[in-house]
Amino acid sequence: MTLSPPPKLARLVLLVIAAGSSLCVHAADLTVSAAASLTNAFKDIAPLFEAANPGTKVQFNFAASGPLLQQISKGAPVDVFASADQETMDQAQMKGFVQAARRRNFVSNSLVVVVPASAANVPSSLRDLTQAAYQRIAIGLPASVPVGRYTQGVLEAEGLWGAMQAKMIGAQSVRQALDYVARAEVDAGFVYSTDAALLPDKVKVALTVTTTKALLYPAAPIAASSNPESAQRFVDFLLTPQATSVFVKYGFGRP
Amino acid sequence: MDTAWIALLLTLKVAGWATAINLVLGVGVGYAMVRWRFPARELIDAVLALPMVMPPTVLGYYILVLIGTHGPIGAWLLRQFGVRMIFTWQAAVVAATIVSFPLVFKSARAAFETVEPQLEDAARLLGVGEVGVFFRVSLPLAWHGVLAGLLLAFARALGEFGATLMVAGSIAGKTQTLSIAVYEAVQAGQDDTANFLVAVTSIVCVSVLLAAGRLVPGRVAHRQ
Repeated sequence: MTLSPPPKLARLVLLVIAAGSSLCVHAADLTVSAAASLTNAFKDIAPLFEAANPGTKVQFNFAASGPLLQQISKGAPVDVFASADQETMDQAQMKGFVQAARRRNFVSNSLVVVVPASAANVPSSLRDLTQAAYQRIAIGLPASVPVGRYTQGVLEAEGLWGAMQAKMIGAQSVRQALDYVARAEVDAGFVYSTDAALLPDKVKVALTVTTTKALLYPAAPIAASSNPESAQRFVDFLLTPQATSVFVKYGFGRP
Repeated sequence: MDTAWIALLLTLKVAGWATAINLVLGVGVGYAMVRWRFPARELIDAVLALPMVMPPTVLGYYILVLIGTHGPIGAWLLRQFGVRMIFTWQAAVVAATIVSFPLVFKSARAAFETVEPQLEDAARLLGVGEVGVFFRVSLPLAWHGVLAGLLLAFARALGEFGATLMVAGSIAGKTQTLSIAVYEAVQAGQDDTANFLVAVTSIVCVSVLLAAGRLVPGRVAHRQ
């Protein structure tokens, strides 16, 4: 039995530490915190932006808009914030986290009710969801997930929120709500039309919900960004024809 | 702050059930490992210890795939009993049980290994049956280690987060345990709620550790 670690092991440890340190954020890296519903479109846009801005590397942090705002407010090193609703961005602006003058709406979306592809029951109106055939309904948590806030607004206006709350399965992001429906763990769910379009063989759109407010996505550079020019360029890039064609491909509307 | 108390009660209920199930499963399997020789014993031992080292999300995914509506166990439950496990507190118990199982099983196995076989043989010579030997000789002698394992498992089950969130969701009053309530409050920027929940959780954890310190020392362990 030797008491000191074998030299091979020590070398391995050093190698791992060295490999880890090379992963540290590079100066020209741009960190974009974006709403979960933007995941696929933004991943397609990143190489286009990098090609147009040589030397800049984009990295994404996807989650529901609420948690993203919380990370920014606690000092996360983010350069650009893209939210799925105006309310979250308004909060960020009020607290001075973003450059208000540079804020842009870049896409719009619509709210739909989806059911599992195998579902026997398909609602034809929001009121149908109060029937006993719908036991569990996935809704984004209104406190932190924009799609949940839109859903709550619509259901409250229809006088159905109370009945729906008892059936509500809260989701941490719109993508989680979509996953619950795709796995048929819930009988229906409220998601964006762009999310529903990603899994056409697993979910079907039962109805498109008319919302009182337009679902507009804003983006803005973060005030404390260490890379303000790149951050500004990224926000502007979202409105170029190149980026627009990607958004259109995923079903987003024009702002 | 009602949500905090409901979450606390739910957390204790889930952890209590998980520990009770592991008392039977973990002690049973731990004893079987020591008592009988069978092929691939060490391989089975390693597989059973996996939940201790695997990321909770991997476990959560396995459980989701197995007991989900389309999973083999989930589909069977739905057909036979019309029961859907996902998004119920029972699913949280399943997650907590699997995650904390190795702690009971490993401690029980180690404890049973320290029991002198001669003592068990002496009981058999005196005409005690196998069940009697287990309950009157082996278990009392190993109880010290088993209890330590159970307390560790209870503490682990109290704090379970990843797998639970994946299979039980976060339904206030139904599946929202303390750790998940904290996560949700922080996500939503409700710092007041988060502070209160964190304080409650810390007090509960300290209480469990103090209780463990009082229960486990050898002098209190049952010796016959």
